[in-house]
Amino acid sequence: MTAPSFTAQRRAVWRSYRDQLAANTARTLGRRRLFSRIMIALTFIAALVAILPLLLILWHLIRQGAATVGWQFFTRMPKPAGEAGGGMANAIVGTGIVVAIASVIGLPIGIFAGLYLAEQRTARLATAIRFLSDVLNGLPSIVLGIFAWGMLVRPFKHYSALAGGMALAAMMIPLVTRATEEMIRLVPVSMREAALALGYTKWRTSLSIVLRTAAPGIVTGALIAVARIAGETAPLIFTAFGNSFWSVSPTQPIAALPMQIYNYATSPYDDWHAQAWAGALVLLGLVLVISVAARFATRSRAGLGSD
Amino acid sequence: MSEDVAPFVAPALPPGSGRATPAIVPAHIEGASFGDRVYRLATTGFALVIPALLLLIAWEVFHAGWPALTRFGFGFFTSSDWDAVKGNFGAAPAIYGTIVSSLLALLLATPLAVGVAIFLSEFAPNWIRTPIAFLVDLLAAIPSVVYGLWGVLVMVPFIREHVMPFVKDTLHLGDFPLFSGAAYGPSMFAAGCILAIMILPYISAVTREVLRAVPRSQREAALALGATRWEMIWDAVLPYARSGIVGGVILGLGRALGETMAVTMVIGNRHEISASLFQPGYTMASLIANEFAEATNDLHVSSLMAVGAGLFVVTIVVNVVARWLVWRTARAGGGT
Repeated sequence: MTAPSFTAQRRAVWRSYRDQLAANTARTLGRRRLFSRIMIALTFIAALVAILPLLLILWHLIRQGAATVGWQFFTRMPKPAGEAGGGMANAIVGTGIVVAIASVIGLPIGIFAGLYLAEQRTARLATAIRFLSDVLNGLPSIVLGIFAWGMLVRPFKHYSALAGGMALAAMMIPLVTRATEEMIRLVPVSMREAALALGYTKWRTSLSIVLRTAAPGIVTGALIAVARIAGETAPLIFTAFGNSFWSVSPTQPIAALPMQIYNYATSPYDDWHAQAWAGALVLLGLVLVISVAARFATRSRAGLGSD
Repeated sequence: MSEDVAPFVAPALPPGSGRATPAIVPAHIEGASFGDRVYRLATTGFALVIPALLLLIAWEVFHAGWPALTRFGFGFFTSSDWDAVKGNFGAAPAIYGTIVSSLLALLLATPLAVGVAIFLSEFAPNWIRTPIAFLVDLLAAIPSVVYGLWGVLVMVPFIREHVMPFVKDTLHLGDFPLFSGAAYGPSMFAAGCILAIMILPYISAVTREVLRAVPRSQREAALALGATRWEMIWDAVLPYARSGIVGGVILGLGRALGETMAVTMVIGNRHEISASLFQPGYTMASLIANEFAEATNDLHVSSLMAVGAGLFVVTIVVNVVARWLVWRTARAGGGT
């Protein structure tokens, strides 16, 4: 058999084939390119549509709330319905107290559980706990609310700031656990080995070398968790309950910013709506300041995980 | 400097002394095993708080909801009679509302969220990616009650005055069952809209993560075969990422099912099943939020706890499925 040589005739056939194909391709390619451009433009429009509600919410918050947020808002007590003015001093302090209670309970548990998960990475129990921590994180906050009510309100027959703090702590634990675990995994093994080689015991290595190296990252995780729970309402309505008077006692019902916003927003009074807008602006400001602070804490740590 | 570092010479051990080498082993190592054991016990103990907490939650809601579940049996989930005075409790409208509002939210949010994720991970130039990604993430940081406030004071009036009349009068869809009845502002539709905004950042974040796990070779192969940029996404990247994206969507569903405050504020809280999206409804979470503090008799409390138990089970199932899907895709992509 000899290799088929292209005769002039065959060449002509192939050429016409090729030209046809090229013409076709040129025609469809134009269409396909146009379609591609349109779809890419659509994804861009999707991005714009997605951030539109955010911009609208921010705009309304600032427009409606800025006028009411003043010195008074932070220092005065709420006024009864129908009276203009007043502030949310008790709710702002209350949120601080409830979040502090939650942090005192949730941070140590979360950090140590995270240490455990990072150090026993492959143990079967660790795998199970990691999974359950995600499950706990996915539970609706209202379920944590009724849980805390059943455990801490029903037996004692009255609402308390402590019960609210515990409900928020249950929300906080999985967040802090996973953040801690991730940060500790970023610490190079060589640091741990160096400490052990210098004669440090395992537990001292973990606490004073590994944990300390990961500390900025853990602070970031903790701040993000705090920002998350500070805005929660559902776990508090049946536990901390709210209070229209000044109270800082952990065993008494206590006011909190998100609850106050909820109560005012669902009321029919315009004065209270104005207060709700102002409260929402303050709450969002608080949450954003904490989140941004968290980002900066991470930035100063940049480079830790690079090797 | 180098003077400080004495060369380490291992001292000869006294013969016959297996363990007792007090002179050369620093004192703290003597206690090492004890300290390590305490440390290990402590961290394990703190880690065990998580399963313990879950068990406690499960026990509490099921134990407290048990009287209602045994009293009404399966009818608790199928009856729509909810009368605290007569002591009849059926959660069907709340279950229906939870499902419908969540599905509506998914329907609205999924295309947008996937679109955003594709744009951010594939097409956006750097200078535009950072701010848009930041803003989308910011959506997840806004507290639920702030969404609710905006929803009830801005979005609901807008829907009542513009969207509903548009659908009914301009599009003449007023007789269509989905849009029938008087145009209330607070409605299932409003709840679906606010939920869509709230779950969008979650779906989009997971989708971006999954798209990042699609190997470069997949994209390069498609482009080399002559695909346009969109064909590369549609034919090569998305099929690869499909189950991960589905996982993200289901994760969003989990969020939507349990979302409480914002929904309570805009859904209208009416215990009735209505085919129309423009009618008020109820969800399981908002039912609890609304009535729990006012529940006076034990059976009422127990019924609400039973609703909570249902929510507990459903969200766990949904989350487990979602995490499994995401994990599977991320693992498949991570290897290549």
